[in-house]
Amino acid sequence: MSWTLTAADLPDLARGATLLGTGGGGDPYIGTKLVERVLGDGAITILDPDELPDDLFVIPTAQMGAPTVMIEKIPAGTEPTLALRTLEKHIGRRADATMPIECGGINSMIPLIVAAETGLPVVDADGMGRAFPELSMETFAVYGVHGSPLALSGERGETVVIDTGDDDRQMEWLARGVTIRLGGVSHIAEYAMTGADVKRTAVPRTLSMALALGRAIRRARDAHTSPVQAIVDTLAPTLYSEVRELFVGKVSDVERRTTEGFAKGSAVIASLDPGDDDHLDIAFQNENLVARRGGEVVAIVPDLICVVDMETCEPVTTEGLRYGQRVRVLGISTPEMMRTPAALAAFGPRAFGLDEPFIPVEARQYA
Amino acid sequence: MHIGIDVGGTNTDAVLMDGRQTLAGVKNATTPDVTSGIVQAIEGLRTGHSFDGSDISAVMIGTTHFINALVQAKRLAPTAALRLGLPATKALPPLVDWPETLTTAISARSYLAHGGYEFDGRPISPLDADELRGIAADMAANGVRSVAISSVFSPVNHDLETTAAGIVAEILGPDVAISLSHEIGRIGLLERENATIINAALRELASEIVDGLTSAVRAQGITAPIFLSQNDGTLMDEDYVRLYPVATFASGPTNSMRGAALTSGLETCAVVDIGGTTADIGLLVNGFPRETANEVKVAGVRTNFRMPDVLSIGIGGGSVVDLDTGEVGPESVGYRLTTEALVFGGSTLTATDIAVAAGRADVGDPTRVAHLDPVFVTRVLDRIAERVAEAVDRMRTSPEPIPVVAVGGGSILLPDELPLFGAVHRPENYAVANAIGASIAQVGGEIDKVYAVRPGGRDETVAGVRAEAVDKAIAAGATPGSVSIVDFDEVPIPYLPGNATRIRVKAVGDLDMAVSS
Repeated sequence: MSWTLTAADLPDLARGATLLGTGGGGDPYIGTKLVERVLGDGAITILDPDELPDDLFVIPTAQMGAPTVMIEKIPAGTEPTLALRTLEKHIGRRADATMPIECGGINSMIPLIVAAETGLPVVDADGMGRAFPELSMETFAVYGVHGSPLALSGERGETVVIDTGDDDRQMEWLARGVTIRLGGVSHIAEYAMTGADVKRTAVPRTLSMALALGRAIRRARDAHTSPVQAIVDTLAPTLYSEVRELFVGKVSDVERRTTEGFAKGSAVIASLDPGDDDHLDIAFQNENLVARRGGEVVAIVPDLICVVDMETCEPVTTEGLRYGQRVRVLGISTPEMMRTPAALAAFGPRAFGLDEPFIPVEARQYA
Repeated sequence: MHIGIDVGGTNTDAVLMDGRQTLAGVKNATTPDVTSGIVQAIEGLRTGHSFDGSDISAVMIGTTHFINALVQAKRLAPTAALRLGLPATKALPPLVDWPETLTTAISARSYLAHGGYEFDGRPISPLDADELRGIAADMAANGVRSVAISSVFSPVNHDLETTAAGIVAEILGPDVAISLSHEIGRIGLLERENATIINAALRELASEIVDGLTSAVRAQGITAPIFLSQNDGTLMDEDYVRLYPVATFASGPTNSMRGAALTSGLETCAVVDIGGTTADIGLLVNGFPRETANEVKVAGVRTNFRMPDVLSIGIGGGSVVDLDTGEVGPESVGYRLTTEALVFGGSTLTATDIAVAAGRADVGDPTRVAHLDPVFVTRVLDRIAERVAEAVDRMRTSPEPIPVVAVGGGSILLPDELPLFGAVHRPENYAVANAIGASIAQVGGEIDKVYAVRPGGRDETVAGVRAEAVDKAIAAGATPGSVSIVDFDEVPIPYLPGNATRIRVKAVGDLDMAVSS
């Protein structure tokens, strides 16, 4: 069923999207403020993917770049709609709707900015089912819809169109290069597709799931019930049904570097008991990629590795990780369509240069 | 011996300490001129326990002047925010999301100009000196007295902030204070900028207050160093406060919580500190205040300080009580309590009057509140207890029972049993817990430098910087065994050769009195 989203939903949506961002996806506060500024008292129509007419023309919109840049260099505001309009002009067809390419972090917000500005509806689905660092890591691409042509825009009004045919990795590579030249952040429109394509290739209802998660965490907190349980209960009936608590501890080290347009690094979560050597290591590239305990993998991409505040369950992004924070680390299962051999080839461990095989988070044994 | 003084909006508390032992403690009304309150406090201590000025090895002062000025939106300078970053950042200009009361109180003006850096140090756009002169002229025409300058990526390169400050200062002259964002905060433009604007709004008040504090202490024949408490419980010297008053912001809650820990002996508890203007509720976990996870809102403004997670509600001993509704605060008579409250012969009904009418406090002249309807008095006190209990409930994060410790002079407003939480703990010296907390304040060593990290050498570099910070804390007077790292921040600077990284480390330890004297 289609539904309506207003500014009052944004804080919950941002919280849920940050959780699904698995540490990446950009600053949810800034995303929220950007939507609020254009949405005001208005409302956005959200379309259920199952109900889309097959010939509906959908152009997803997003932002690409390093999250550490976003919290400093805020957009001018004109970029996302400019990217959409540039792609429409290049293709020669107006969009009937926009859609997120990822449901984690700020990219759940960018299509809302476009929708608030243009009046277009937003499809309740995305192509990552979480957040990923590269544009080619899309279920759209895995199941046959390609990213090109891609339109990209910057804050000075620059636009670039990239068309690499079926080669989505080459598209990512070129777009990343332009994004670095633009200062590390750009706005994009890509993966133009029909309603029929959405039904076949997108992870459904992730926008409404993000909203439900954010709402459940807030309500649990207000009622002094367990927010972790609220997450478990919210996800149980969805495609993300398995939740595991991987570790509880405090952040004892964070290393970050910005290379090739990505925020890469690692974090160590130490036991709360000072005499205990037990610790969890998390490696990230914009998003959390792998969690190892005592050197052994306990969760690995594409499953979700989410760091949340120990008590409030407020999601903590990789750029928000600070020495001394007390946190829980949750592992969440991804939908089956993200775990097929073709999907794992696009965004499984090897796509990130990790040697360990993918093993579902729910299949691991814990002491 | 050393002296701890806590200057609240309503009361000034002072303690004379020998190590961790309280020799004397006094509480006086805060005076409008700062100075005489300090004089009163120190003279009060002399009465309790005689000493010479030369016996004192250090004076530690915690003040809530600055945060109260912000919360009440009073005594703030007309302030302008200037951000360098166009054409980027236009979507969210400076002061976005600020409460209107505050932007009105500082007659806020927001300016966007060209400048700023990309993450790799390239300029976003060149600085436009004419544009800046035009903006400065507009600031002058609008009576701006303090300026906050922020620039995109200034923690990586602050040259443009410094250059812009020079250009703006030429037009505005030396009497207009300029605060630069790279000196105040870390990466995160909006939060750093907000903290800088707050700092700017407090600069005039800062000079006034520091002058008052030092002259009062010196007049007492005390030549020992004077320190002010910072947000994290560490001390800073007086010159630092003039430039960065915002760094004192959360010292009140930090001091009261640390004082509550020392005096109650409870390591894990909720601390309710009721002063004259606000009730501040925080959680103490294993002896340390629980810190906020990410953002810290101060008077409704988002910043990225590391601060104790404190919920402030507008209930204090000086809070004005509405005769019709029975609601309390947020308006407070503050330091004028001893002249404006009914029991002190004034004409304003305050929370203290209610406490006296209910027999919970014995101050002033109780006959002046004898006319109050007991039903009304009970209703007001029940409402206070209910709101405080609600606030504690919001702060706790599990349904497990948690002991509640009440400190601060205004804690007489609380009943012995709090709804939901049961018995309220009132430690000995509860009324002067802030001053005790200030007196046990610690000293820190901070290192903030750019290091060339060689490949594979990161661990070694970090270990070296940490050791350097610990040494600096010890050099600043910390007892060697007590020093630990409380803050660590690492920002890569990709545009410099040699894997340059800005590393910021803060080490903190207990002030060694033997060294400081």
